[in-house]
Amino acid sequence: MAVTRDDVKHIAALARLAIPEERVPELVAQLNGILAHMDVLRDVDVSAAAPPAFGSAPTPLRRDEGPPIQLAAPRESFAPSMRDGFFLVPRLATHESEDE
Amino acid sequence: MTAVERVAESFRRMDDVKAGKDGLNCVLWSDRDASLEAARERDARVAAGPLAGVPYMVKDNFATLGLPTTCGSHILRGYVSPYAATCVSRLDAAGGVLVGKTNCDEFAMGSSNEYSAYGPAKNPIDPSRVPGGSSGGSAAAVASGIVRIALGSETGGSVRQPAAFCGVVGVKPTYGRVSRFGLVAFASSLDHVAMFGREVDDAALALEIVAGRDPLDSTSVDVPVPAVRAERGRTKDLTGLVIGRPREYFPEHLDPRIAALCDRALERLASRGAEVRAVSLPHTALAIPVYYIVAPAEASSNLARFDGVRYGLRLEGEGLRAMYEATRSGGFGPEVTRRILLGTYVLSAGYYDAYYKRAQEVRSLIAADFRAAFAAGVHALFTPTTPTPAFKFGAKADPYEMYMNDIFTATANLAGVPAMSVPVGRVDGLPVGGQIIANHLDEPAMFRVAYAVEDALGAEAHA
Repeated sequence: MAVTRDDVKHIAALARLAIPEERVPELVAQLNGILAHMDVLRDVDVSAAAPPAFGSAPTPLRRDEGPPIQLAAPRESFAPSMRDGFFLVPRLATHESEDE
Repeated sequence: MTAVERVAESFRRMDDVKAGKDGLNCVLWSDRDASLEAARERDARVAAGPLAGVPYMVKDNFATLGLPTTCGSHILRGYVSPYAATCVSRLDAAGGVLVGKTNCDEFAMGSSNEYSAYGPAKNPIDPSRVPGGSSGGSAAAVASGIVRIALGSETGGSVRQPAAFCGVVGVKPTYGRVSRFGLVAFASSLDHVAMFGREVDDAALALEIVAGRDPLDSTSVDVPVPAVRAERGRTKDLTGLVIGRPREYFPEHLDPRIAALCDRALERLASRGAEVRAVSLPHTALAIPVYYIVAPAEASSNLARFDGVRYGLRLEGEGLRAMYEATRSGGFGPEVTRRILLGTYVLSAGYYDAYYKRAQEVRSLIAADFRAAFAAGVHALFTPTTPTPAFKFGAKADPYEMYMNDIFTATANLAGVPAMSVPVGRVDGLPVGGQIIANHLDEPAMFRVAYAVEDALGAEAHA
């Protein structure tokens, strides 16, 4: 399952990262080098594996309500761009690329 | 001493050891006037609290009011949190005074501090060597005498490994023991708040203060906080205590001098009545492949929030997508980028089962190894913390070679069991750490062994 140039470009697009063309070969080599060490997992007998969990109970969820705490500073103090209480972003029409 | 005197002394020490970027580079952000003001408030309190004006530092990935929280990254340069982490609030409520934020590998991804966007912290024992990572700045701050207590975070050994490299104590509690509210997320099933102490008792005190249920973190467990400091009085007679020596942590290629220092510590424990028993944790060697699938996968998800919209860096582009890409590519450094790509790959269609699902299955086998050892009557395991002492800057150019630094520590994060590192001696003048691992929520057993090792070795732990 070797990682290819196209794989790197595809996952970079999924991860919203712009990888310069000249860095792609280096990343292909590094990812393949790392993933080669993962191949050992293929041969492990996992028939005795239990569902991954800590303890016997699922993680409890808090109620999905309101901001959990009062903020000590207004959002305008850390947001890149705000107006009328809303975060401003560039126009959404360019959000989706043609290949998705 | 008053809180003001303690804090002033801490800042004097920062100056003496050159804690800033012209020296050890272990402290990224501090505000002397604000800390002294906080110290005056502590001195005015009627009830002093268990920390009573003790200065402390936290890693730069804990949310704090007043000082920046950048996670050692350009993407958060200048960001000041509008809320404080629960553990920081608890240290303050106990009388502690925050005197600085410490350097770390970017978003806690690294084992040497070389991936900090602000340059690496240096090891106070030998500044030509790394302090370890990712919480190397906190370890260096404690080792150089600036503070006795500092917080770090652990995902695969990021407190125990730098503690070993710098000759201090590093504690990773049980998963869920300490609230992570306000700790910037890296890999949520592996992340822990962890603490450094100059001595075992310093770390024990910090744990007792920050531990306990927090409604703001649904993964924090609702169980009583144990009085681990009480274990200090139970070290002279260890009769009935069973300590496992797992053979997989003492491989043939391990530096024999490190193995000998760990065995010396075990002999001292045995001389006080403990039983040292050979045990096996057969899936140990699989920890690094598992860890470097699970952690990047979770990181790729957690770090999606850094997109230039709500906080931090924004670099403009033609439209929203270009803004995302420009911001993230310009803000993240090479290791974070590499791990996001790796994590995105192992989670992507066609590869999920082969990598992520398989890694989670093997992870459960690693956890089962620990369960079996403790079910067989072992109270704690004793191992080396790291396979080598601190290495030179630039010595680990290959990413996977760097990842192998976590070989003895990542298992405890994968299983969620508590583990800590204590100094056990030196090799070529460089500190060596011994690791103690206990069963879930059994921090008392872990600290009993740690106090005993510290007491039994005395000055030999640092010689």
